[in-house]
Amino acid sequence: MVEYTVGELMCVVAARQLEDNKSVAVGTGLPMAAAMLAQQTHAHNLLIAFEAGGVAPQLPTLPISVGDSRTIHRALMATTLVDIMDIISRGYVDYAFLGGAQIDKFGNLNSTMIGTDHSKPTVRFPGSGGANDFASLAWETMIIMDRHSSRRFVKKVDFITSPGYLDGPGSREEWGLFPGTGPSRVITDLCLFDFHPKTKIMRLIKTHPGVTVDDIKKSTGFEFEIAEKVGTNPPPTKEDLRIIHEIIDPNGIIFPKK
Amino acid sequence: MELIFEGKGENLCKTTPMDAREFAKKKSRAMIDKRMPLQEAVKKFVLDGEYLAIGGFGHIRIPMATIYEIVRQRKKNLTVAGHTAVQDIDVLMAGRCVSGVEIAYVVGFELRGLSGVQRRQFESGEVKMTDYTNGSMSFRLRAGVQGIPFIPVNVILGTDTMRNGPGKVVKCPFTGKKVLLLPSLNPDILIMHAHRADKYGNCQIDGHIVKDDLQARASKKIIVTCEELVDTEVIRSKPQQTVVPFFMVDAVIEQKWGSHPGNMPYKYYFDNKFTEDYLTAGREEDLTVIDKWLDEWVYNLDDFNQYLNKLGETRLKKLVDLEFLRGGK
Repeated sequence: MVEYTVGELMCVVAARQLEDNKSVAVGTGLPMAAAMLAQQTHAHNLLIAFEAGGVAPQLPTLPISVGDSRTIHRALMATTLVDIMDIISRGYVDYAFLGGAQIDKFGNLNSTMIGTDHSKPTVRFPGSGGANDFASLAWETMIIMDRHSSRRFVKKVDFITSPGYLDGPGSREEWGLFPGTGPSRVITDLCLFDFHPKTKIMRLIKTHPGVTVDDIKKSTGFEFEIAEKVGTNPPPTKEDLRIIHEIIDPNGIIFPKK
Repeated sequence: MELIFEGKGENLCKTTPMDAREFAKKKSRAMIDKRMPLQEAVKKFVLDGEYLAIGGFGHIRIPMATIYEIVRQRKKNLTVAGHTAVQDIDVLMAGRCVSGVEIAYVVGFELRGLSGVQRRQFESGEVKMTDYTNGSMSFRLRAGVQGIPFIPVNVILGTDTMRNGPGKVVKCPFTGKKVLLLPSLNPDILIMHAHRADKYGNCQIDGHIVKDDLQARASKKIIVTCEELVDTEVIRSKPQQTVVPFFMVDAVIEQKWGSHPGNMPYKYYFDNKFTEDYLTAGREEDLTVIDKWLDEWVYNLDDFNQYLNKLGETRLKKLVDLEFLRGGK
């Protein structure tokens, strides 16, 4: 059996959600690694765009920052931030790939603060960056959340930084966001969710190997939907791990070397 | 237009598109040699209490030489436009130059972790902030350039970023659809770092422009530092690469390595060790630690060239190798 870490598994599961011939707008960290892995495995034509202006680079290795030189390495276009936002607005970007500190059952994401008073947060996080723009404008939002627990998967997030389905079905459209957009997947260190097409509530579709539905219930602060057949995510292959460690992150920035 | 919702946030930019336009009227259109020492440029053009915009993107192509000079001159009460406010704004905050930030991204240094300086100053309320997004900050600049007081956008809607921001939701008079109106943005001063410029201020950038083009057009004054000062003939041979034309620019300074420890695409990569040492100093609750860092790297040095000497040639050359992926990834 291939040995792997939960981080590697999340990266692989996330990568598998990205279809070939589609486009993704990504930030740093795990989402970027997942997009790179998808490109190296099943989705050779996956178009990657970075908010600082890099379009379709041939990423030599994991960028440290969403604007660094790697994000325009042998790129097809190096443009402006607002041009990337316009490209997403125009409907050319299929997936936005995001993370956050807290998430609720409708996929609303908090990356701004813990606390009740915005002017005096208990803990201040980075905020939106381009996340709200991505989640508002891209066709689908994919979300990666590690440390799946009831402190992070909460009934009500302290602050909605980026829109999921807001108050539920129809709420995005009601506020004027583009129709037919919203979160489509949540990848955690325990499982994989999609969203119920009617209720727009997070729906468990696959667990990670060795994780039970009960484990996930105990670690989630809200009631989620459960698919009729809950599958199991296949573990990373040897080839997945080789690509992750040799090509994507040879310096062990997000996947520590063994 | 029917007003549906009003956010409770404050618009920290007091300069209007009309002010910016009036300011432009007074600037000379002549090809004037605008070279001057960086000290003089900062003294003359960056004034206490002004609204500052910074070129590049957090760690990339940031005008660090100018930022250190602003700290050295102990400028006060600046309000800063922070698309992705990372090392650039962090150093200004460590030097207590900042009273407000309009931000999309703060506190974090991306994969490098959180900043102690920013957390302390934001969490205590010492520095005011208004939350935006990267897209919306650029949309606001676009309005500032167009000379319109606000711009309708279709991001931020329905979120707490909207509730705590200064935007107002209205019904579109044509379609009845909700849109969010955000105030335009015209910074008083832009500091930016380009790959090359001529003495008149024509600037060219290699690689992604990020938002320097919009910021230049929206801002009243511009200080440009560049890796290389070139003859105007070089600019004329590739005019399509000119991002900022001379008549917008107020000061030009040749400053090699001017983005250190930032990444200058096609020139040098990040000095990660430097940034990490800085972050570590900033995370100490004992504020004398970061003050000592500032003494060592800013206050006790006369200028950026002394800073470069202190870094040493070997260290800087390594960053060139890293940029071009020499010696492994």
